[in-house]
Amino acid sequence: MDDLILLNILILGGTAFIAALVLYIVSKRFAVKTDEMVISIAAALPQANCGACGKAGCADFATACARADEASFANLYCPVGGAAVMQKIASLRGFAATDKAPTVAVLRCQGNCQNAPAKVNYEAVSSCRIANRISSGQSGCPDGCLHLGDCVKVCKFGALSFDEASGMPVVDSKKCTSCGACVKICPRGLFEIRPQSLAGGMVYVACRNKQKGAVARKNCSKACIGCMKCAKICDKIKIENNLSYIPPEVDAGEFGAELAQNCPTSAIIYKERIHD
Amino acid sequence: MLKISTNPHMQTNRDTKALMLDVVIALMPAAISAILFFGIDALRVILTSVAACVMFEYLACRYWLKTQNSTVDFSAVITGILLAYNLPSTMPCWMILIGAFMAIIVAKMCFGGLGKNIFNPALVGRVFLFISFPVQMTVWPKPHFLQMVSPDGSTGATPLRILKSIDASSSASAQMYSPEDLPSYLDMFLGNIGGCIGEISALALLLGFAWLLYRKVITWHIPVYYVATVLVFTSVLYFTTGDMKFLPLAHLLSGGLMLGAIFMATDYTTSPMTLKGQIIFAIGCGILTVIIRSFSAYPEGVSFAILIMNALVPLIDKYAVQRCYGEKR
Amino acid sequence: MIKEYTFPMGGLHIEKYKITADCPIVEAQIPEIVNIPVKQHIGSPAKILVSKGDKVKVGTLLADADGIVSSDVHSSVSGEVIKIEDLPSASGYEEKMITIKTEGDKWEKSVNRKPEVIKEINLTQEEIITKIREGGIVGMGGAGYPTPIKTSVPEGKKVELLIINGIECEPFLTADDRLMVEHAEEIIMGARVINRALGIQNAIIAIDENKPRAIEILTNLSKRYIGVNVKVCRTKYPQGGEKQLIKAITGKELPLGKLPIDVGCIVQNVGTVFAVYEAVLKNKPLFERIVTVSGDGCQHPCNYKVRVGTPVSDLIEATGGLSTDVHKIVLGGPMMGNAIVNTSAPVTKLTSGILLLKDENFSKKEASSCIRCGKCALSCPAGLRPFAIKQAISFNDTAEDLRKLHAGDCIECGCCAYVCPANIPLLDYCKIAKQEIRKK
Repeated sequence: MDDLILLNILILGGTAFIAALVLYIVSKRFAVKTDEMVISIAAALPQANCGACGKAGCADFATACARADEASFANLYCPVGGAAVMQKIASLRGFAATDKAPTVAVLRCQGNCQNAPAKVNYEAVSSCRIANRISSGQSGCPDGCLHLGDCVKVCKFGALSFDEASGMPVVDSKKCTSCGACVKICPRGLFEIRPQSLAGGMVYVACRNKQKGAVARKNCSKACIGCMKCAKICDKIKIENNLSYIPPEVDAGEFGAELAQNCPTSAIIYKERIHD
Repeated sequence: MLKISTNPHMQTNRDTKALMLDVVIALMPAAISAILFFGIDALRVILTSVAACVMFEYLACRYWLKTQNSTVDFSAVITGILLAYNLPSTMPCWMILIGAFMAIIVAKMCFGGLGKNIFNPALVGRVFLFISFPVQMTVWPKPHFLQMVSPDGSTGATPLRILKSIDASSSASAQMYSPEDLPSYLDMFLGNIGGCIGEISALALLLGFAWLLYRKVITWHIPVYYVATVLVFTSVLYFTTGDMKFLPLAHLLSGGLMLGAIFMATDYTTSPMTLKGQIIFAIGCGILTVIIRSFSAYPEGVSFAILIMNALVPLIDKYAVQRCYGEKR
Repeated sequence: MIKEYTFPMGGLHIEKYKITADCPIVEAQIPEIVNIPVKQHIGSPAKILVSKGDKVKVGTLLADADGIVSSDVHSSVSGEVIKIEDLPSASGYEEKMITIKTEGDKWEKSVNRKPEVIKEINLTQEEIITKIREGGIVGMGGAGYPTPIKTSVPEGKKVELLIINGIECEPFLTADDRLMVEHAEEIIMGARVINRALGIQNAIIAIDENKPRAIEILTNLSKRYIGVNVKVCRTKYPQGGEKQLIKAITGKELPLGKLPIDVGCIVQNVGTVFAVYEAVLKNKPLFERIVTVSGDGCQHPCNYKVRVGTPVSDLIEATGGLSTDVHKIVLGGPMMGNAIVNTSAPVTKLTSGILLLKDENFSKKEASSCIRCGKCALSCPAGLRPFAIKQAISFNDTAEDLRKLHAGDCIECGCCAYVCPANIPLLDYCKIAKQEIRKK
């Protein structure tokens, strides 16, 4: 009986010892050398692996930061972490951080169920990417929101929510990290990452319809009709294909309120400061 | 207002519910044979099992998963019938209830319900009962044709038990049966043998198989490959060793092989999705069945064989890819 | 006994609904205004030659092919060009269209309007291809690939067989069926014209067994012509798919990423063949086609000969109007056609049918969870695994992973979505996968 117990201890203990030895040797032999700097930079990153920085993920971005010299470091920017994270990484590397205006995603469409009522019913279509292929949309606007929320599904930060009442996705500016996932997924390119000047919020045209004014208005009451009024207020604004575009460099603080007030279809949206 | 949808604009009316209903219909001949040979007790087992499975599914949908009531698609009914078919007619009701709980709650709903379970629920229920209550699960009443109540309550051995115990290598005391004790092949084919209530009649099960094929619920591949593998494997063993325990036709017609091959191994959710995968799966089931029946302590191996192969389905699905049009052979 | 041809991989037997199979082709009324899109084919839009105010006749060239992969567009009515602008097409998206106000019915003098069938071909290969190009002929089966490219054999390739596709496997549609019954001789002559252009002697007309009249007429007629044979195919959807038809007739399978010409075959739709006949031997460009107006919500289903550019709503009116219980209008067949938004959109060279659907069976059913039955993979004629493609899309897999599943080889026949017992829109996922693959 005692022999049996001893034998068991020996066999099991021996197996355990050999296994431990193998593990130890393998871990030493095949250890991957990692840069301390990369680890500490990676620790400072948001670890969302969204790819908004243009790299394949946070680990890749950290490696790029660790290897960059002062000049090329200025080109690296993590839009999710923003200025605070870049400041941290810069201090780790001993560089001076470059300052960038905070950005946020905006939805350039106001075609909700009041402004652009549905003319046909979608049936069992659950993806904007499919809806975009089969028709111009429920309201008939070929450039408007399709109300199926592919952008909401793709947002990793919970910054987009679907408002059932209006049938439109809503951007929560506080949560938005401007990673650009919604810009990429939207088949109609309705999202834009816009910087907001520290002084005075932002102003943009919330419409992408390139049809003639009368046609566009038939489908949506808040469509841009290309009336040129905004271009008269600020000469930086360009109108092409019956559609106005306000470039980000137009100072929202200076022109914002005036532009929004004078737009005959309220297609221009002016938002005061969002980030604190 | 017009509707906009993607093509195709037609869809088959053979939805999940219709397919499941066809399986229920295909299971009916076996129910009739069970009642013919085991009387009212068989009916009791079937009804208890079905009622318990449907109840557990309903409760799980309503109070736990909070999803739509999925009892309407008849999948729980099938699980209930299959569980009952895998039990002897003397099974007490409370044990059936435990089996149904294991089948529906543990094996099915824990994984997320219909279509998401890895193991065949009815088999999980049966194997749980088999391990927990080995005595009750191996009492086989003798069949009495057209008698509602067993006249003497006598029990006997299943053909597989007989085959097992004529193992040439076992000691003389364990050798309780001789090959003469085996029922005739006709009895095995019609169902006049001891065993689980649903598995006895190969004829009834084949009728069900014909219905499934006619209604295109399943293809012939899994049952045929499964049975053929068992036949070939036992034949090879029989003709090389000459051992009576490998008697091929007896293996074919007795035990749960037919029931397992036609109704359990073909379960959509727990079998591979491509034909190639299904063939690999069926052959694997066949080989394991013979190995367990012949070389393990258990006389019957169908349930274990199918459960083991169930576990391999994700792997098979990953590698058994069908050839696509234009790809080199 | 006739040997029956079919393809082995996947496919389905579906309800046929060929209610218009015995309705003779009727000339539809010439509309007051036609909108003729300048792009009715695959490739670049045609260059517009006319301008506002121009007077045109039936058959006048309106727009010229821009490049090789493009096609001429001709006027289908006589009258005045009143505008050239972007107008909504059937899907609601805008397209450049030439609007013509009809005045009388004056034809170009070059067009031979006599009904007799011309049975002599005195043209060279080049002349035939030029005439096909000038006729603005495109593949009328639905793809709209310009025919002149398909009828000229590229350097180094060898064509052995012309297959004429008279399968029409889509439910409801009977346009090709009627064409074969009423214009059998023209189709055979068209086949001979294309044969001469290709420099071969061998053409097979493949017809589905559910078209007994067409089979009878064409079989009898083809006995008089050497090199034209009729083969009867066993009914199975999607037999009319190019790859499936080649497999069914010749037993050859196109290797992945290859064209039919690589196995020595050219497949042409019967509608195209008829158009080729008219263009080459009668100098009549492609400006009208046969359209089946049908569906369970259609009061008087009919096969019409329609001028290109006729509004869809005109044809719906002609069959008794749109009843209120019609919930879906489909251009093309119910399996591959598109539900449309805009009934004022014009009929194009590619419109094979207009279906008015009212039955609940033609609306989408709510999807439930996958029961892993594998029927989608079993029914896929391309041998794909739609369930795996769906999974890959739900998990946001990369384009590389999707390519490994061969999602790009999907022919969008809709078998997977049709057969799915859980009503999962599997074809949608396959389409998304194709899009993702094409992006890179």
